[in-house]
Amino acid sequence: MRKITEAAQFADTYDIAIIGAGPAGMSAAIEAAQAGASVLLVDENTSPGGQIYRAVTRHSPDDDDFLGADYWKGRTIAEPFLAAPIDYACSTTVWSLDPAAEPSAKATLGLTLAGAARRVEARIVIIATGAMERPMPVPGWTLPGVMTAGAAQIALKSISAVPDGPTVLAGCGPLLYLLASQLLKAGTEIVAVLDTSDAGQRLKALPHLPAFLGSPYLAKGLRLLVDVRRQTRVVSGIAELTINGDTRAQSVTIRTGQGSETLAVQTVLLHQGVIPSINLASSAGCTIRWNEDQRAFEPETDPLGRLSVPGLFAAGDGAGIGGADHAAIEGRIAAVGALLDLGLVEQPEAETRLTPLKQQRRRYRRGRAFLDILYRPAKQFLSPPDDATIICRCEEVKAGQLRQVIDLGVPGPNQLKTFIRCGMGPCQGRLCASTVTEIMAERRGVSPAEIGTYRLRAPIKPVRLSELAALPQTEDAVFAVTGRRPEPVSNPKGPNQ
Amino acid sequence: MLRRLREVTDPVTFSFDGCPVTAERGDTLAAALLAGGIDTIRHSVVGDQPRAPYCLMGVCFECLVTVDGVQNRQSCLMEVRDGMVVASQRGGRQVLQGNR
Repeated sequence: MRKITEAAQFADTYDIAIIGAGPAGMSAAIEAAQAGASVLLVDENTSPGGQIYRAVTRHSPDDDDFLGADYWKGRTIAEPFLAAPIDYACSTTVWSLDPAAEPSAKATLGLTLAGAARRVEARIVIIATGAMERPMPVPGWTLPGVMTAGAAQIALKSISAVPDGPTVLAGCGPLLYLLASQLLKAGTEIVAVLDTSDAGQRLKALPHLPAFLGSPYLAKGLRLLVDVRRQTRVVSGIAELTINGDTRAQSVTIRTGQGSETLAVQTVLLHQGVIPSINLASSAGCTIRWNEDQRAFEPETDPLGRLSVPGLFAAGDGAGIGGADHAAIEGRIAAVGALLDLGLVEQPEAETRLTPLKQQRRRYRRGRAFLDILYRPAKQFLSPPDDATIICRCEEVKAGQLRQVIDLGVPGPNQLKTFIRCGMGPCQGRLCASTVTEIMAERRGVSPAEIGTYRLRAPIKPVRLSELAALPQTEDAVFAVTGRRPEPVSNPKGPNQ
Repeated sequence: MLRRLREVTDPVTFSFDGCPVTAERGDTLAAALLAGGIDTIRHSVVGDQPRAPYCLMGVCFECLVTVDGVQNRQSCLMEVRDGMVVASQRGGRQVLQGNR
């Protein structure tokens, strides 16, 4: 592995560029490098692992065992990844992905590393950007003291820290219970787990139960449920949840069939499942489809992970939620697909490699629909009924304002965005897109598939003007802007190279 | 706010709004602030409301701070360094102030 620490160290072009160093990205990189492809992996974090195996190479299992064997397993991917013959750029932001203009051309990535931008070409790009937590907009969710459950887990993994003082976890999904179990083991004072799952989903999930009985996740899931219920209070059937406080979260008020109750807290951890991060694929013009089981948009892929735009692949949770083990398999499948398209492996050889991988992928997908449907968030947490609830955290747009503008007949989320700036802040709609679609779908009485989601364009992460200005320019580009040919220089790429 | 389960063994010191904060080398800045007992790290641009790091994974942009004069840095994506000067942000950004 060659670690890239400055923008000038990037090669101009690679066979395969992979975005994201989680299980999918790392596995794809190992597979592709083994076959002799030149590989670049870029990742936003400071060390490999993605979110699921965050900082897994920074500590060792003897330091603490709050995280469990499933976390430390990440080392079996991270270690061969760090030993593979690839270029690895950590702390690097990808802000654009331009697909190849014609079949023989290459895709171009816009990157920023250590305050300098570069454009790097690749014959194939594999997007392995993983998932983000589905926003859970409730009154008070912008107050200090409120974080996502995933954030608390990242703190545990990366700096071995836990929430201080009385804590509640609220929401639904397997991760909520996993985190509760890990935090309890680490000595966090968990006042209650507030399970907001919709009880009505149990019946709907039932037909998928037989398939789930064969899932490798079954035993772990049951163990977690029992473990958490034994150690702390679990409240289910929550119809309303409000976080109270002026300058920070001080209490949580819940309403169930049994009445209302207020719990004093210092930390509130919210979580209602994860959804694919689609920004990069979407901005590159890839077809995005609605997945009703997972209640989320995802990029459309073929069985090898090819996106609708030639030369681009997606693998792992960023292509549809399947979990870490599934993502690692998908990364390898996408790498084989990429090698095949590059002509670096022949069809029969590719088939030999793909057969066992596809078999494993099927195993990890078994029973997924059961979990997806069982843990579908309740309606009131997808589309908050209280008009004062903030939906767009950046521009502070509230649910009531959205409904008002929707009722005026605004055609879709994109027009809504231009009317009231919802989704136009620095997070670029990441924390409001799914809620905006849900509110609009509910208001119109149609499926979110019909509403669609924000159209995304590069730069998909904020990039500084000074970084852009320092990009090496071609002679033609300089002429187009200034009307003058630049002075000839010894280095054809300009002074910044 | 966060409580560390392990003692800091390789400390680095940085400042937040002029106050010294100690963290473990390699910590992300956002996590180090939370573990240093600081949760309100900025006030929102539109409503001037207190905000804290929310997702710690680069998605939400709630953890924006000014680091060594450069505004709007995502503190969850950068490592702490000795002598780093970190400042909270209040209100809208200005084009010239603090930019080099």
